[in-house]
Amino acid sequence: MAAASVTVPSFDVLELGDIVAERSFELTRDSLVRYAGASGDFNAIHYRDDVAREVGLPGVLAHGMLTMGLAVQPVVDWVGDPGRVADYQVRFTRPVLVDPDSGAVVSVVAKVGQLDADAHVARIDLTVTFDGQTVLGKAQVRVSLG
Amino acid sequence: MNPELQGRVFPPTEPYLVGREKVREFARAVFASNPVNVDPDAARAAGYDDVVAPPTFAVVMQEKTLAQLLAEPDAGIDFSRVVHGDQRFTSSRPIVAGDLLTATLTVSSVKTLGAHSMVTAESSVTDAAGAHVVTAVSTLVVRGEE
Repeated sequence: MAAASVTVPSFDVLELGDIVAERSFELTRDSLVRYAGASGDFNAIHYRDDVAREVGLPGVLAHGMLTMGLAVQPVVDWVGDPGRVADYQVRFTRPVLVDPDSGAVVSVVAKVGQLDADAHVARIDLTVTFDGQTVLGKAQVRVSLG
Repeated sequence: MNPELQGRVFPPTEPYLVGREKVREFARAVFASNPVNVDPDAARAAGYDDVVAPPTFAVVMQEKTLAQLLAEPDAGIDFSRVVHGDQRFTSSRPIVAGDLLTATLTVSSVKTLGAHSMVTAESSVTDAAGAHVVTAVSTLVVRGEE
């Protein structure tokens, strides 16, 4: 399913450690409500402070799957086609607290972590941070390149 | 949690028709701005039949299978104690609007670590022709009583 009309990054020029994409995302409570509706995950800890506190959380958290979903987007834009993402995994290591007024900023840096020259598949490793700390562990995207 | 869940295979979910507006709604929710995700003409120019879903869209099908697991009478899973541990999507091809998808859940492992339990649930998503589209693997951590 190669995208003929989009320029795909060339596998041959990539080197381990290259930063291929970087982007910051501003999340608000609105973002969480929007994601709840789109995904069908209506767990109230993602939109109600009282419920979040009842279960011992400091406040409303972003859905882990929202963080996972947005963190891959800089890589999708780099390869130009979501269909080139063959495998994507993350570990949820720390929550993203979304303040009702100031929201939360999630930053993504995407680096080349491994290169499979036979298959022309690159493993892109994501560093995803909020408030100076990483929130996803072992965040790896495998993309098929030309 | 009931250790006998390990290896259990659930009945396939009701077929899910992927709608174009649903793909757009989900794309917007995860900050996906690639034209292939939202514009049918751009998607066709890239070789697809319709708009292409973001890499984490299969979570919508996975939610339905996890609901089956949590509703299982002998599972013994208290939803209020469930934390998402990790997540992986391994794709044979991207999900495209118009796909009619079915998901089948297999509980691949159940482990106990001290007071906590970990269940790994694998949702295999196939299309109307029965071909594999994506496998979503989710590890849920069920926190023990304090």
